[in-house]
Amino acid sequence: MTAPVIFPDWHGQPLDGVIAACRQLLEDDTYPTVRRWRETGGKVAGHFQVYFPEEIVHAAGMLPFKVRGGPVDPTQADSRFGSYLCSIVKTSLELVLSRRIELELFVTHPICDAARNLAAVWGRNFPYPCQILYLPQNANSAHAASYLRGEYDRLRRTVEDVSGRRVTDDALRASLAAFNANRSLLRELYALKRETPWLAAADETYALMAVGGLIPREEHNALLAAVLPQLRARTTRRHDRVRVVFEGGFCEQPPLDLLRAIARSCYVVDDDLLIGLRWILEDVPTDGDPLGNLAEAYLERSSYSPVQHDLRKPKEDMLLARIRGADAQAAIVTAAKMCEPGLEEQVTYTHALEEHGVPFFVSEFEENMTSFETLEIQLETFVENLLFD
Amino acid sequence: MPTTVDGSIVGRGNADGARLFREWFASLTAAAEAGRGSAYVFVMGSLAELLRTFDFPIVFPEINSLQTAVRRVAHEYLNQAEDHGYSPDICGYVKADVATQLRGGNLPMGRIPKPAIAVYTNACNTYIKWAEIWERMYKIPVVTIDVPGTRAAGTQTWPGHPDFENDRTYVLAQLRELIPRLEEVSGVRFDIDRLREAMGHANTMNVMWQRVLELNAARPAVFNALSDGTIYLGVANGFRGAPEGARYFTELVEELEYKSAHGIGTLTDERYRLLFIGVPCYPIFRRFTEMFTELGGTFVGSTYLRFASGGANLGFTYDLDRPLESLAEGLLLGVRDAMDNMFFQTDILIRMLDDLAADGLVYHPIKSCRTVSTGLADSRRALLAARDVPSLFIESDMMDRRVVSEAQLKNRIDAFFEGLASRRAQAAIHTG
Repeated sequence: MTAPVIFPDWHGQPLDGVIAACRQLLEDDTYPTVRRWRETGGKVAGHFQVYFPEEIVHAAGMLPFKVRGGPVDPTQADSRFGSYLCSIVKTSLELVLSRRIELELFVTHPICDAARNLAAVWGRNFPYPCQILYLPQNANSAHAASYLRGEYDRLRRTVEDVSGRRVTDDALRASLAAFNANRSLLRELYALKRETPWLAAADETYALMAVGGLIPREEHNALLAAVLPQLRARTTRRHDRVRVVFEGGFCEQPPLDLLRAIARSCYVVDDDLLIGLRWILEDVPTDGDPLGNLAEAYLERSSYSPVQHDLRKPKEDMLLARIRGADAQAAIVTAAKMCEPGLEEQVTYTHALEEHGVPFFVSEFEENMTSFETLEIQLETFVENLLFD
Repeated sequence: MPTTVDGSIVGRGNADGARLFREWFASLTAAAEAGRGSAYVFVMGSLAELLRTFDFPIVFPEINSLQTAVRRVAHEYLNQAEDHGYSPDICGYVKADVATQLRGGNLPMGRIPKPAIAVYTNACNTYIKWAEIWERMYKIPVVTIDVPGTRAAGTQTWPGHPDFENDRTYVLAQLRELIPRLEEVSGVRFDIDRLREAMGHANTMNVMWQRVLELNAARPAVFNALSDGTIYLGVANGFRGAPEGARYFTELVEELEYKSAHGIGTLTDERYRLLFIGVPCYPIFRRFTEMFTELGGTFVGSTYLRFASGGANLGFTYDLDRPLESLAEGLLLGVRDAMDNMFFQTDILIRMLDDLAADGLVYHPIKSCRTVSTGLADSRRALLAARDVPSLFIESDMMDRRVVSEAQLKNRIDAFFEGLASRRAQAAIHTG
């Protein structure tokens, strides 16, 4: 069975047209790709940030939809929550309450105190299964991978019930291969950012990456495979801009316009934006036990974020390594408003950067902010200080 | 009401609780002065019964932090942590503790020793982030005991189910990995018989804690779940696995049974029986309770006494013939129940309404704690759809007086009581 094409908008477009189509899709609050998927009879599994083993849903023929808030006012969701919360939690619920997105399954994770409440809130408002996937929070236990394999197997059974389709090991292996290809293409995109950042601005690479959460991986692979050679062939002139790492986009996402504003004065050579899409750093083996391999990769060959504690990955050391690896001159250390893990990590990051003499710019953002002038002026001042220091 | 009240029994729980607290802090101060390293733990799944067998002084930073609010000095600690870089939007407990550490452990109640190790569950994500602060500050081992909770409302699994066994095996494996770390840090060899003894004390406490909560079905209620209950809760956490804790709760049950049998209530004129959902308003702790008691309202139960006791309300008794396996099972069930009381509370509250014959609900989400507060508005909607019961929804904080408006709270509470009175009057008319 061939999956329907739900994002044909970029086909036949020149590079700028492809990027524009991706931007448009990201900012479209009617979620046309999800709608098209459903119109052909497809089922959708929504999964909240940060990481989710999408392969398990993919192997059942469902569309994994990355729930990461959206450009909407939380008019209905506001009445379901308290006052002191990040925006992504509210707008994510708004998307489903307003029927912009319809799901057959919702999964959240204990990434933070707010997000772990979502399964309960969602479950009280919708009849379909809404659950927590307990990704291990003791990554250093020798038993964590075995536990996670069992947890993935539990998820597999839920997905089978919802999709009405058995998730065989062979189907999982095929999904692993599709996602391995995707991870490899994203690594290429990020290598391009690091090596030749003048060829692709921060908002452009972000748009190209982020649509992956809205379309089947096969389509995303085709898009990235088509775009990467075109990006490399660009003849954009190199400017005298500061090379920075953007940190703080692991969960709630900054608006595209914020990234565009940053790109006007900086080359963002690495970041943690939508890190869940790039959480696994290497190919997951497709032989042997696919669920076991996926569990092992989550723990052993993965990136870092403020919401995973792993003694082997002190976050400040990981950030410093990211900065060194990208040959960055400075860091933009952000946190979404009211994001407790992000705000807590900001203290650690800034102390470590100070200690290592890495210049940094601290800010907070909100996904639905619309004014960037002050931030842009502050950032320009920061950059000028660096350039003329 | 009896003509004479046995003064050696009534009021004993509160007096002994206060005394035990003073003694506990005196012992912590002595440990700090002696330069002893302690175990830092949290209330939801403290594992105090295990840590005690390694002779660690046990420090509960949540309890220390809330004490700064009760003693009205929290703002000094919060300001200091904010000056250090912590945002106003971060948990107040964390910030008060950061300032405590920056002050060398000095608190109004005494001085706490530095940590030698931190052991904590994932019942609250902030526990993990909090421990990372100590990890960086003191370069000590920090150990997360990951306890998977309920995946969706009403889907809890039990021993024998493959999913439960997957969770239990994981928790047990982590406990087995923890023990050598504790031996290494403390220099004390693990003694399974000492563990049995501590677990025996925890068993007594668990059974008695469950009984304490049940006894408030008495009319009038024998204790106020918010004021008296918080004293009991402090002992339940600070003395878990200790003989003093077991004795305290045995005697507390005796006191409350005596009060129940003799019709002695915590209020002389109990007019409304209420449930409290959330975390107390510690910056105005006494006044907050008074705003209800002055109008005849008593808190007969709370989710706080359930989740902040780490699920001791289940009355789980360890099987002392297989201590480690049973400890893993008890920890899993207790912490899971604590989380259920925060996330999946609708059915729990309906049972509490019935069992404790409550007249209304008071929801108190707070700025500091997203674990408890995120879903309360939605939970209230669900509960009101299931039950026709009056409820009040008031927001403030457990630490930060900047977001506590006493006048505003009072207005809302007064209006709530007017509604309760009017509802009762209407009911009286309808029943003739």
